[in-house]
Amino acid sequence: MNELLELVRKNGRETSENLAKMLGISEEEVMNQLEALEADGIIRAYQAVVNEEKLDHSLVTTVIEVKVTPESEGGFDRIAQRISRYAEVESLFLMSGTFDLLVFIKGRTMHEAAQFVSEKLATMAGVTSTATHFMMKTYKLNGIEMQSGEDDERLQISP
Amino acid sequence: MSGSKSLHDRIARTVREIPRSGIRDFFDIVSTRKDVISLGIGEPDFVTPWHIRDAAARALDRGQTSYTSNMGLLSLRRSIAAYVAKKSGIEYAPENEVLITVGVSEGLDLAIRALIEPGDEVIYHEPSYVSYNPIVQFAYGVPVAIQTKKENGFRLTRDELEAAVTPKSKLLLLNYPNNPTGATLSREEVEAVAAFAIEHDLIVLSDEIYDELTYDDDHYSIISVPGMRERTIYLHGFSKAWAMTGWRMGFTCAPPELTEAMMKIHQYTMLCAPILSQEAAIEALEQCGSDVERMKQEYMRRRNFMRASFEEMNIPCIEPSGAFYAFADVSQFGISAHQFALDLLEAENVAVVPGTAFGACGEGFIRCSYATSFDRIQVAMERIARFTESLS
Ligand SMILES: Cc1ncc(COP(=O)(O)O)c(C=O)c1O
Repeated sequence: MNELLELVRKNGRETSENLAKMLGISEEEVMNQLEALEADGIIRAYQAVVNEEKLDHSLVTTVIEVKVTPESEGGFDRIAQRISRYAEVESLFLMSGTFDLLVFIKGRTMHEAAQFVSEKLATMAGVTSTATHFMMKTYKLNGIEMQSGEDDERLQISP
Repeated sequence: MSGSKSLHDRIARTVREIPRSGIRDFFDIVSTRKDVISLGIGEPDFVTPWHIRDAAARALDRGQTSYTSNMGLLSLRRSIAAYVAKKSGIEYAPENEVLITVGVSEGLDLAIRALIEPGDEVIYHEPSYVSYNPIVQFAYGVPVAIQTKKENGFRLTRDELEAAVTPKSKLLLLNYPNNPTGATLSREEVEAVAAFAIEHDLIVLSDEIYDELTYDDDHYSIISVPGMRERTIYLHGFSKAWAMTGWRMGFTCAPPELTEAMMKIHQYTMLCAPILSQEAAIEALEQCGSDVERMKQEYMRRRNFMRASFEEMNIPCIEPSGAFYAFADVSQFGISAHQFALDLLEAENVAVVPGTAFGACGEGFIRCSYATSFDRIQVAMERIARFTESLS
């Protein structure tokens, strides 16, 4: 099960035929395992890893450290859920250390991101402070190198 | 000047008479073409793991640019002795039984030159790595090739060995996991070879450069067989499992007398292996288990894929249980391996190496390396399938 997961983590579009050949199991077995992984909520989605810098209208990623006052019931979960409902929020994590929540948002401009923080996030009940960072350049994303190309400089035939 | 010999005629006869490597001929043809997908490459597609490169860069930063001891850095020899002991249970003294060489290539040359006198016979098994035969000839030895059989999966048998041995036999050169066939030997088969070597009092040169890369069973080294340590030169290196071909790092483990003899040649011809590569090799051994494992796992998936694809085409393969080669039997198409490779290149721009580049018994086979990215392998297999359909 884990090996299959590892392969689809790397390439979510790998055909079940190829997966079957690589793992030495039947295609049917691959389908069954994938369905089980999906049904169990282990695989949540299959997405593309996009190199934003190559796009004409690339999206700006902003990372916000948020301190909150935990509620007596439910701790951080309720406020985290409220934040995650915003479509701008791409990822959201509860952290240990000097702040509580780490929020990744995507917007068209830095201005848009700043507006989101000041108008929606900072004003939310329970949020005590925020620190906003703009992402400048992506070197590696989800295990994929974003800057380097794939060159094969080996001799074409060797012993 | 009239009457003077041509340059060609002045070249030493042994060198003149050894033909160019079949690999090089084929390389020349392939390199005239663009956008070839090559399954003809005998080295990893991975670059050397980053922390190994970094170790060399740091050594360079510290100004480590000198010669080392002829034997190689003692700390590296210690690491190697520990590595070999862990794998095989056999201990070698770093001080006088481990020699650092410029690739397994140099180790092979040293071992043969250290032992062979003109006319001595060296038994080896084909299909084989392309250097064995010429290296023996350069040392004025007589290469005696055993033509292993496809019925046996190109695994060496005791009967074949018995048929090859003569009073002049001095050395037996072994290579499992094998380039080009991908075959490995079981423990029992290794023991049979060892019994033969002991009975005929031969020295064994065991090229185990692919020993980390076995996919079904763990590799069993001939040095682990009782009575073999004292008559074996164990050859290994960093090119394959650590993806370090360009660093030119190999080593030999052998009893002190043999190590000293090889060392004499090494000292006067090579002096020492490059220090930066030695520093990198130390890092490779100390830190690298997980990288080797990661690459091996990737090779295994590609192997599975390639094997399954050939199966779909009804093209039998020698069970690819080691190294990173599938040796596929294309004899059913009624053309020579060489012609098959040329036509495949012409029709589909896929390069494979004809089995005959590795010895006559490779006829009918092509070597397909899976040390190339999965995407490329996939396209290559589709093209081979289309090509073979057009043949039948
Ligand atoms: C069986 C075998 N032995 C030796 C070598 C040479 O390796 P090195 O890079 O250590 O000189 C190779 C390389 O292809 C090989 O396949």
